[in-house]
Amino acid sequence: MKISFKGGVHPPENKHLCKGLKIKELPAPETAYFALQQSIGSPSEPVVKKGDSVKRGTCIARATGFISSNVHSSISGEVIDIKKHPHPLLGCARAVIVKSDGQDTPCGSFQESDFSAALFDKNKILKAVSDSGIVGLGGAAFPTHVKLNPPAEKPINTVIINGAECEPYLTSDHSLMLSSAEKIVKGAILITKAVNAKECVIAVEKNKPDAIDLIKKACEKYNNLKVIAFNVKYPQGAEKQLIFSVTAKEVPSGTLPMDVGVLVQNVGTANAVYEAVVMKKPLYERVVTLSGRGILNPCNWKVRIGTPFRNVINAVGLSGETVEKLIMGGPMMGLAQYTDEVPVIKGTSGILVLTKKEALPFKHLPCIRCGKCVEVCPMGLIPADLSKFVSGEKTDEAKEIGLLDCMECGSCNYICPSGTNLLQYIKLGKYELMRKKNA
Amino acid sequence: MLRDKHLTVTVSPHIKTDLTTEKMMWTVITVLLPVAAAGVYFFGIHAGLVILVSIISAVLAESLCLKIMRRGTAVTDGSAFLTGLLLSLCLPPEIPLWMAALGSFFAIAVGKQAFGGLGYNIFNPALAGRAFLMLSFAKEMTTWKTLTRFPDSITAATPLNLLKEQGTDALMTVYGSMPHLYKKLFLGNVGGSIGETSAVLLLIGGCFLIARGIITWHIPVSYLATVAVISVFTGGISNVLFQLLAGGLMLGAFFMATDLVTTPITKSGQIIFGIGCGLITMLIRVRGGYPEGVCYSILLLNAVTPLIERFTKTRIFGTQKQ
Repeated sequence: MKISFKGGVHPPENKHLCKGLKIKELPAPETAYFALQQSIGSPSEPVVKKGDSVKRGTCIARATGFISSNVHSSISGEVIDIKKHPHPLLGCARAVIVKSDGQDTPCGSFQESDFSAALFDKNKILKAVSDSGIVGLGGAAFPTHVKLNPPAEKPINTVIINGAECEPYLTSDHSLMLSSAEKIVKGAILITKAVNAKECVIAVEKNKPDAIDLIKKACEKYNNLKVIAFNVKYPQGAEKQLIFSVTAKEVPSGTLPMDVGVLVQNVGTANAVYEAVVMKKPLYERVVTLSGRGILNPCNWKVRIGTPFRNVINAVGLSGETVEKLIMGGPMMGLAQYTDEVPVIKGTSGILVLTKKEALPFKHLPCIRCGKCVEVCPMGLIPADLSKFVSGEKTDEAKEIGLLDCMECGSCNYICPSGTNLLQYIKLGKYELMRKKNA
Repeated sequence: MLRDKHLTVTVSPHIKTDLTTEKMMWTVITVLLPVAAAGVYFFGIHAGLVILVSIISAVLAESLCLKIMRRGTAVTDGSAFLTGLLLSLCLPPEIPLWMAALGSFFAIAVGKQAFGGLGYNIFNPALAGRAFLMLSFAKEMTTWKTLTRFPDSITAATPLNLLKEQGTDALMTVYGSMPHLYKKLFLGNVGGSIGETSAVLLLIGGCFLIARGIITWHIPVSYLATVAVISVFTGGISNVLFQLLAGGLMLGAFFMATDLVTTPITKSGQIIFGIGCGLITMLIRVRGGYPEGVCYSILLLNAVTPLIERFTKTRIFGTQKQ
């Protein structure tokens, strides 16, 4: 078995900023903003209107189309508006706004019950996952029920539960593994059952030995479950790199993991699958890392979806250092925000407040072709050439040398001594290609 | 409240290594300082003046070009300083100062800025400057200095010169025994260019740069290995150490052939580059009209770098090798 992949970088982890990994519970917000676009695909359509009262767990928007997911209220109260609101991915997008009644009344008991995989068949699992609006919680937020239902001609042999959490700063998956190892393992079993896979591998980076121990212990009771500890390297948690590390198979360019018989799900998603199937609890809250040197007391919070970033930050306060950036996600792939009014969505794994010292704007010099980007690119691309082609408006040439194979991990950009914004050019190139295709 | 603060919005990633181009340049310069100091120690104060003049001329040429061409890069990035220093290290110790200044000016103005400045030049600027001086002032460029500081120094000619013009026997007559010659070549108290004679300092510096990740081993190792292999075939095992230590090979292999801008970007390309340099260096040393071929071999390989890159594309993850 391969233990790692080619390329990658070792950015300072800064995971120690979160002192202790106990998850604190953030109180429900007074007003919650539920973005209708929570996942990749088409936005959901509201099933409530202004003035309706909702409970915690009430479905407020339904999936439209094949790749889409349901959205549930995370608080009880009244729908006060459905309108455009700042969105962490889209800048501004439609959201259902709910004002809390302070009661936090749930719409179900959401109780744990005896667990036996035999109690649940494929359809039952799929329906629960789909109804509960589960999406990939690692960040990409792909609707999980779609991934759990691959076409019949592409059977899944191996399920990989991704606990690598290779992004610096983030410890939300780590803390979840510590608090809910049992649930994650049970969720993994449900996922494996849903796709009828032969084996399930839970993959964790070696920098989380306590989590590895707990997960191993939780696995002991079950067959076909394996825990693998990886060397620490970014982007170990990237889907294709993870699959290569576990199975030594390369997902062919332009295809999906299911084409090599593999399904990857994040540990948070496994936990959510368990809660949806066994506890009948929709996905209305998640663990979010609040960190960065701009934060007074970095730690992990269980946050209701729809809570504005501001509420989360105010729960601990700022450290007072000059803030440079507000990021959703990790510092390598996360998205810079223009306002702290944006709400937590299902894909929010972290909220980082980075100071000037941490996130200095890059000083840009011409590329000196040092080849470091080539050395670190996990996809075997030549980022320097890609960015040169795109900046010269030669996107077709860039496509020929693999523009679309880039998964935007940012390793090239991180390592570049010239401070060239390689990834910006690559993203621009992809955008141009899409525009040309649609024109 | 964050709202009142200025939030910067950019694409990811939001963090970066602290290794910058400037830092890389100044590290190479620092590593070369002992080499330059050794040159002054061996060859005297004039060598020090040559180094100074060459650096000053390069920096002035760079500033002038940047100003005239209105380029955004700053002279403080250290690249011009490094070019001036590198050029002076491969000049003869007694070269007139104005020649060093001229060569340095040519290196920057024609070798680098005329092609577009930092990152765009095709040829290693320092070697372009040296080739220019070689063609223009052949006599001064091949006049070597006797190391008066050392009582056992008998001749001004470099060991490679002796070998080329008078053969192995002459080399033995001058230096007594091979071990004696090796020791001198290793430490650097033999005739030659200012910065090329001390193999030990160049080796230490080169290894330091590799350890710091500023250059990679691919070019120096493939270059030196090729020279070693060919020297076995052209002069037997006893020839290997001599060919490796003599002339400008160490300086060339670790500091000239590893110039980032003018060499292939992929590892396989770099190995081909190193092998090519080794082949041509030995071809010139053994069959050519010059005693030494490091400079021209690297310049020639610089010229074919785009071609090498075309045939050494990386394999994209999830695709078959073309």
